[in-house]
Amino acid sequence: MKEKKRTEYSPGSKILTAFFILLCLVWIMPIFEVLINSFKENAYVNTNAFALPNKDSFVGFANYIKGVTFGNYPFFKALGYSFFITVVSVAMILLFTSMTAWYIARVDSPFAKIFYYLCLFSMIVPFQMVMFTLTFTADQLKLNTPYTIPIVYLGFGAGMAIFMFVGFIKGLPLEIEEAAAIDGCGPVRTYFWVVLPMLKPTLISVGILEAMWVWNDYLLPYLVLDRTKYMTVPILVQYLKGSYGSVDLGATMAVIMLSIIPIIIIYIFCQKYIIKGVAAGAVKG
Amino acid sequence: MKKKKKTHDAAAVNGLLVRRPIRRWFPLFILPTFVCFIIGFVWPFIQGIYLSFCNFNTPKDASWVGFANYVKAFSDTGFIHAFTNTASFAVVSILTINVIAFLIAYALTQKMAGANLFRTVFFMPNLIGGVVLGYIWSMIFDAILKGYNTYLTANATYGFWGLVILVAWQQIGYMMIIYIAGFQAVPGDMLEAAKIDGATGWQTLTRVIIPNIMPSITICTFLTLTNSFKMFDQNLALTGGAPNIMFNGAKVNMTELLALNIYNTYNINAKWHGAAQAKAVVFFLLVAVLAIAQLTATRSKEVQQ
Repeated sequence: MKEKKRTEYSPGSKILTAFFILLCLVWIMPIFEVLINSFKENAYVNTNAFALPNKDSFVGFANYIKGVTFGNYPFFKALGYSFFITVVSVAMILLFTSMTAWYIARVDSPFAKIFYYLCLFSMIVPFQMVMFTLTFTADQLKLNTPYTIPIVYLGFGAGMAIFMFVGFIKGLPLEIEEAAAIDGCGPVRTYFWVVLPMLKPTLISVGILEAMWVWNDYLLPYLVLDRTKYMTVPILVQYLKGSYGSVDLGATMAVIMLSIIPIIIIYIFCQKYIIKGVAAGAVKG
Repeated sequence: MKKKKKTHDAAAVNGLLVRRPIRRWFPLFILPTFVCFIIGFVWPFIQGIYLSFCNFNTPKDASWVGFANYVKAFSDTGFIHAFTNTASFAVVSILTINVIAFLIAYALTQKMAGANLFRTVFFMPNLIGGVVLGYIWSMIFDAILKGYNTYLTANATYGFWGLVILVAWQQIGYMMIIYIAGFQAVPGDMLEAAKIDGATGWQTLTRVIIPNIMPSITICTFLTLTNSFKMFDQNLALTGGAPNIMFNGAKVNMTELLALNIYNTYNINAKWHGAAQAKAVVFFLLVAVLAIAQLTATRSKEVQQ
């Protein structure tokens, strides 16, 4: 049995802890600001944003009710589309790029090599280079709906995912796959029953990095989606700020708060995986 | 000799049992990703290069004009200003983010109560999207500046430093995570040896720790460099390029970075589409050269392991 000893902290370390408590309070101040202002009447947000809500300025959930309904686009519809696009895109990226990466890592053909180098190359190409032409292509192929935009995400996000998966698969022992083959597994069964379970740590890393990208992405869906019908949360926030933000800052803060809450909830429950995934992903990159 | 024989056998077995059967499944394993990759990257990239030499409204009515778009792009004062703006923004934010993230990571890897909680708090802003971040901070900066009877977009200096603070708040947590992983990977026996040899804390840091976490420094400077050059959402939402001045009859957005400049150029009107695409190609070359140069320069300083 492991005996747990109480750790002794030196006075220096206690001062450091106190300093970091202060720093953390400063760190969450912006979010706290959004929170208090989302409960204040618009006029008070403009005159004194740092004051806590008081008897005069407190409006309860009025800003939230206004926030989810103002404009001509309901907030929860945008939230739904954001959620759908993120889940489907990340699922497609994980499944298809890991399959491709296995092929590239195990089959040493010129095609596989060229494809791999193209993926590496795509990682240093900024989105601005392809954004106008990608918009034309997506329009032409009718990829401008939330149901088809995951195809665009798979295409543009493939580079990093394949790079990370290939790096991991090359470190896996080939003997396991050989044993599976000798036991009569075809490539498809070998992949899904043998290789895919071994990829779990990288699947988590890539999944988190891609999900953070897709969920927060503004420009790609803004350019690709048919905005008269479909908006994601970042597009809606930008749209509301542009058209109503100067008119009603309180309601804008409520919408911002609503868009942050789901992320914070997910973060609280999965922070261990998120932080580990980011660290592992970065070390490989 | 014996070893060589064995790898040869392994390769043969690999070919027979693993490689050849996978190749038969090419359509399943490669095709979906490859088709999407062509649609989402390869074709737009090639078409982008081609259109940068054309006058176009849509790709269908493109007409070849040679280097005219590039000449137009470089004679645009706004573009040159965005370039110097981006360069100074990159330098300032690379320094602030990396120095602060390094120090925080160093402190959090010491024996300290609450280190995990602090790490969680510092990382959190990273999960919030750029557009939302921009509006949170524009509200805060405006509220602060109100005390001095001014506002964020009144002066380009406010916008510049505002963006630096915003991006530092967002990215310090991310870089801190990478530095913490680096600190934790420093071999314990090396630290012990340094202690036995009587190295001071400073000597241990500069002679043992820093050379060992060079890979983390490479990754973080690389990420902060490319992030600052590709910065778009935060720039758009915080100031949108305002304030602007007229210079030689052309409008120059004082706080505009390169990515936003390209986007805005395209939206002036159809006559500027070609120039915007030419700017995008220049932008791509710049990011690519910087990324490769930076990687090779810092990689050479890493400790061989």
